[in-house]
Amino acid sequence: MGIIKVKDLIFEYIRRDEEGNVEGITTAIDDINLDIEQGDFVSVLGHNGSGKSTLAKHLNAILYPTEGTVWVDGKDTQNNEYIWDIRQTAGMVFQNPDNQIIGQVVEEDVGFGPENMGVLTKEIWERVDESLKAVGMYEFRKYSPNKLSGGQKQRVSIAGVIAMHPKCIILDEPTAMLDPKGRREVIRAVRALNDVEHITVILITHYMDEVIYSDKVYVMDKGKIALHGTPREIFSKVERLKELRLDVPQVTLLAHELKEAGIPMPDGILTKEEFAAAFDECVNRAI
Amino acid sequence: MLRDITLGQYYQTDSVIHRLDPRVKLAATIIFIISLFVFNDIAGYIVAALFLAIVIKLSKVPFKFMVKGMKAIVFLLIITVVFNLFLTPGEPVLRIWKLTITKEGIKLAAFLVIRLSFLIIGSSVMTLTTTPNQLTDGMESLMSPLKKLKVPVHEVAMMMSIALRFIPILMEETDKIMKAQMARGADFESGNVIKKAKSLVPLLVPLFISAFRRANDLAMAMEARCYRGGEHRTRMKPLHYVKRDFAAYACVALYLITGAAAGRIAETVCALL
Repeated sequence: MGIIKVKDLIFEYIRRDEEGNVEGITTAIDDINLDIEQGDFVSVLGHNGSGKSTLAKHLNAILYPTEGTVWVDGKDTQNNEYIWDIRQTAGMVFQNPDNQIIGQVVEEDVGFGPENMGVLTKEIWERVDESLKAVGMYEFRKYSPNKLSGGQKQRVSIAGVIAMHPKCIILDEPTAMLDPKGRREVIRAVRALNDVEHITVILITHYMDEVIYSDKVYVMDKGKIALHGTPREIFSKVERLKELRLDVPQVTLLAHELKEAGIPMPDGILTKEEFAAAFDECVNRAI
Repeated sequence: MLRDITLGQYYQTDSVIHRLDPRVKLAATIIFIISLFVFNDIAGYIVAALFLAIVIKLSKVPFKFMVKGMKAIVFLLIITVVFNLFLTPGEPVLRIWKLTITKEGIKLAAFLVIRLSFLIIGSSVMTLTTTPNQLTDGMESLMSPLKKLKVPVHEVAMMMSIALRFIPILMEETDKIMKAQMARGADFESGNVIKKAKSLVPLLVPLFISAFRRANDLAMAMEARCYRGGEHRTRMKPLHYVKRDFAAYACVALYLITGAAAGRIAETVCALL
């Protein structure tokens, strides 16, 4: 079993009217199975309302399954005894950077998690310094979070999670409220954590260009997993992605259109460099 | 415009007073305020004035910052002075129409002005030299005996520090909503008091909704980071008394004794002369 295993997960939101009678049931997650290995970089894609955020909240024991089971590091999330272990093993970063920073100084915010876990003062400081360095925010440790940009705040949030020494980080649309520069900063920090510290990353997003570095991609639609595979496999199915109302990275789309037009480009091109190489080859062959 | 407001008017500099443990400063401020109401002769107030002057000098905060806080209570001061001057019964000094100013009235009014202004200046010395964070930490630690009476001391301190953290964010949000409403023709400036109050409704409703949403998100983020109240919690910046803190306590005690004895000493000196 991997670090995170989800079996036959179903989650229903019950809508109630003013008197508390059940008005209707929305199935946000409909029979999902996942198995994520330690050290993987996994992306979950999907448009709004596809159930991806609901899934993320299950991996951290914020929501509990209606049916099925979620195991984090072998522990069942529905067992109340393990709840704090699970939240420490699987750290979570949320969408809005302002609403998840508790401290009034950057370093105090990063220390919040370890403080809650009962880590000794000396070790808290070591962890805070090391996590701020890992996301490249060490020189801002004395700043007020209100003085930072969105990308910087989000990196502080990530540092706050790393300071708890998790085995796995779940990022729930961490870049949705950021500008392109902030998005690049955050994604770079996340990739570094995965490469250097071998922390399992589960990135939930609707930006296609953020998933090309991941080991595995799951595409969600209406609470189900519609597609899964490596980024290359996913992006070779341009037509299917369009059906799921998802954009494809521009180079991939260009390659796909060229192929449709009769130029023998390969499927699933992800970067500009790949595109240039493949296109060169096509031209050479034609000559 | 709203962003310029800073609450918890901390003045950044490095001084002995700044470096003191927040608990010392809190306790000293409370003792100082109580002493102002216990002393009731001129000699006591001279000692209090000297003590305050020394502390201000040591704190390296410009005096004009202390006086800023006074502006808020000018109105209150005038009212109390007027009432005390005219309504205290006693030996009449001056009579204007039906109003009499008495000797006792003058004394009471003067004491009240001294008490209130020293109180404001004394507490601004504390807020000017202590960061809001240290202040909440100090309060939590000073009030911790109340935990035995089931007072949620840690929770109250946490609420205070979160409130302080969100003040600038909500200010910015208010600014944004105001601009958005103004762009759609809302008028916040003109009209009488009632009309102005009414015009705040379209500002306050979205602000409240957004504050609740933020609170919900924050609670979730705190839980996700293993927050479960004050128990089992360690501190990143624990409060430790050092030598200078004990020295400060000694100074405060010394001040109390001299202040209390000052009246009697003055009397004896007068008698001897």
